[in-house]
Amino acid sequence: MTGVKDDVPGGRELLRVAGVTKSFPGVRALDGVVLGLRTGEVHVLLGENGAGKSTLIKMLSGAHRPDEGRIVVDGQEVHIRSAQDAARLGIATIYQEFNLVPGLTVAENLFLGRQPRTALGLVDRKTMRARAAGLLRRVRLDVSPDTPVAELGIARLQMVEIAKALSLDARVLIMDEPTAVLTSEEVETLFEIVRELRASGVGIIFITHHLEEIGALGDRVTVLRDGRSVAEVPATTDEDELIRLMVGRDIAEQYPRRRPDAPGAPLLRVRGLTRKGAKAGPVFEGIDFEVRAGEVVGLAGLVGAGRTEVARAIFGVDRYDAGTVEIDGVQLARGDVRAAMRAGLGLVPEDRKGQGLVLDASLQDNLTLARLDRDTRGGLVDRRGQRREAAAVAGRLKVRMSGLGQPARTLSGGNQQKIVIGKWLLAETRLLILDEPTRGIDVGAKVEIYRLVNELTAAGCAVLMISSDLPEVLGMSDRVLVMAQGRLAGELTAEEATQDAVMELALQSQDGVSSEGTSSDGTPQSSAAQSSTAQSSTAQSSTTKNSPSKGSASTRATRATRATRATRAKSAKSAKSAKSAKSAKSTKNTDDQSAMEGSDVR
Amino acid sequence: MSAEVKTAAATGEAVGRAPDRDGLGPWFSRAVLRNGPLGGLIALVVVMAVLSKDFLNGQNLLNVGVQASVTAILAFGVTFVIVSAGIDLSVGSVAALSATVVAWAATGEGLPVWTAVLLGLAVGVAAGLISGALVAYGRLPAFIATLAMLSIGRGLALVLSGGSPIAFPGSVSTLGDTLGGWLPVPVLVMIAMGLAAALILARTYTGRAMFAIGGNEEAARLSGIDVKRRKLVIYALSGLFAAVAGIVLAARLTSAQPQAAVGYELDAIAAVVIGGASLSGGSGKASGTLIGALILAVLRNGLNLLSVSAFWQQVAIGLVIALAVLLDTLRRRSAR
Repeated sequence: MTGVKDDVPGGRELLRVAGVTKSFPGVRALDGVVLGLRTGEVHVLLGENGAGKSTLIKMLSGAHRPDEGRIVVDGQEVHIRSAQDAARLGIATIYQEFNLVPGLTVAENLFLGRQPRTALGLVDRKTMRARAAGLLRRVRLDVSPDTPVAELGIARLQMVEIAKALSLDARVLIMDEPTAVLTSEEVETLFEIVRELRASGVGIIFITHHLEEIGALGDRVTVLRDGRSVAEVPATTDEDELIRLMVGRDIAEQYPRRRPDAPGAPLLRVRGLTRKGAKAGPVFEGIDFEVRAGEVVGLAGLVGAGRTEVARAIFGVDRYDAGTVEIDGVQLARGDVRAAMRAGLGLVPEDRKGQGLVLDASLQDNLTLARLDRDTRGGLVDRRGQRREAAAVAGRLKVRMSGLGQPARTLSGGNQQKIVIGKWLLAETRLLILDEPTRGIDVGAKVEIYRLVNELTAAGCAVLMISSDLPEVLGMSDRVLVMAQGRLAGELTAEEATQDAVMELALQSQDGVSSEGTSSDGTPQSSAAQSSTAQSSTAQSSTTKNSPSKGSASTRATRATRATRATRAKSAKSAKSAKSAKSAKSTKNTDDQSAMEGSDVR
Repeated sequence: MSAEVKTAAATGEAVGRAPDRDGLGPWFSRAVLRNGPLGGLIALVVVMAVLSKDFLNGQNLLNVGVQASVTAILAFGVTFVIVSAGIDLSVGSVAALSATVVAWAATGEGLPVWTAVLLGLAVGVAAGLISGALVAYGRLPAFIATLAMLSIGRGLALVLSGGSPIAFPGSVSTLGDTLGGWLPVPVLVMIAMGLAAALILARTYTGRAMFAIGGNEEAARLSGIDVKRRKLVIYALSGLFAAVAGIVLAARLTSAQPQAAVGYELDAIAAVVIGGASLSGGSGKASGTLIGALILAVLRNGLNLLSVSAFWQQVAIGLVIALAVLLDTLRRRSAR
């Protein structure tokens, strides 16, 4: 235990976990863990998956009881035997998996089981709605209390959970990776709420895998490793040190991307992909891009920008209304997953448990699921061959398991993700779409997944990576596409891609878009097109890469708003020309024309 | 700091999801829980053997087999559906319809017997395909689609037969006889269908797809399983098995009765569930289903030998179903 800050706000000790030990059959999940929480403090709990964080918070919320050690609240030893006990002590927990009833409204969920009553004992809807509205204002969630929870996206569900915890007037608030599903903007809102709570004297135990959040929000950090609390350090400790404490060794590079010297032939080409929404505009519109062999292309943007929807459309899960998807120049049928797979596509979905895995099936069955056809000969599945393949890929991915017969449910998040990726390796995928590949995964497993991405691209495969984790996008991508409100807002090379540049594009609103914005096309200087001809170099010279001047933008004629914005983002060269290729030919000046021709060459 | 330690910690967290289990004599409960349905069957046989000296004799045991056969064959078909997280309520009706079609074609229309049998099997498959199409393409809940088929199948059987039994062709009726004067053919058919079901579940594309679809339909779809077409095949298989069961039943009775096999779908579902399959899909075995059907048959047979009234038998069967599934739930929870 080193370096406890003396100036921790509040200071009165609210909660103390003293030497708590907990064993499960065959394993010691917690071993003498020590943790102190003061009023008005954000105490970060840091550790790899499996380090014991979940067990510890389950102990505080009444799901487990310690074998040894004491839990002290307000100086008195307590025994938390149930969720009710925890609630009575003022301990509220927000789990990663939400405890909301999809069919009920937001207000009903907030007051589930403790609805305000009228004199007759009926639910007092008016009071409930009013109080719910107040809570929603506190978390800055702009939805009606009457909205069914099923209609909310994952980020808003998180906010509802937080509102629910607020309604309990908790003194100790435990948040298990609350930022994992939020965009940076939402994270900022969450932080404001957390800071308000801290100022009002609530003690907060905050679990996160995002190290940069620790300095921004935390006061103290307790690091768990293999069930032991190995250190308590101030939140100002630098990231490398935190990683070292967490994994017990140095991780050489967090993002070990090895970029190819020159990307290969185009593998995936998406043109004019459009899906009309049921209401409020298209889901995505005019999506144009390509991915070349050996490349990692990042797809950044806010949650709800349409990234996942584009990925699903490309993979044939959802239909689209216009546009084409080509693999090796051959057009894919719409809405046909099997055709996409035959062409060499694979999708690691955002929702690992809901869409990636058959949780109760064995690892072998999960790993071989995508190649079931291939393993079927003469009507029978070659189970022995499958076992061999599964064992080989599990070994290659270093999956930590007791055996291939183990159900996928019992693996940690990182190992589960390895299984999903392994499934596509066995299906001989050439273009792997990764949707939030490292969400909720610890640093060690993340790096292993990144290494795998390197292996794949080195072998001539390509990766399209959707991620809301900006450092990851920037660290691993060779090019970054940014989506905003269903459109491609721009494309950045690895050198141009900075947090600011990406965010500028991601926050781009549609106000400047007129009729001409129907089709978008990354300008050809981006690395994808670079292999071709002198045309692109002409274009490059006209819109100088590093020139932030408005001049270069204005030569690009009419598309003022977008181009200016993009220039401000130091990414003029990759801003979309926001003009359909057809009209461009006739109206643009020579530079632009050559640019468009360059893009046609692609 | 090693991989082993981390694995251990990870499993610790996983184990931690189950509530702390104490109480219940741990040795006893583990013995019962681990062996599941087979242990239940053995215990039941022992109890019956002790209570009735007539139970444990060869002839009676073969009787039990015959009594189990129709339920078991139906239940094998239903296993496919339940493993894929569906349900098939129509199997009793489809069995009666198929048998009626065989008798009508052979006895009434004078078609060759083998044609009549093929026709009967085809009718079973067709009924399954319709249910499957309603579920897969019409997006009806399986409960509703097969409830409709339950009514349609029974109705068609009544229409075709005019409501009265039709004599079954003699050559097919040997399916209800015994070989060498002692080995009942229905038991052989049951074993053959059981082996076929086991093979389908374990080793065919459709079988493996059943587990994936039942475990997580969306994950199966995103892994390239053609979920809709598989569902067609699954319900068609259930219909085929129902047709075979109907023909065996009619052979035993030597006539196709439009009112036969009423309520058998519930016995079949009970057998599947007693055998350890989960109604929420993703798990199930042909051997478990066979054991489930045998448990029901042993119970009926034993209670008959003990001259327990048919009314009380129903109560006992209900209790056994509840107990079996309760034990299975406990077993699953402790396995987590």
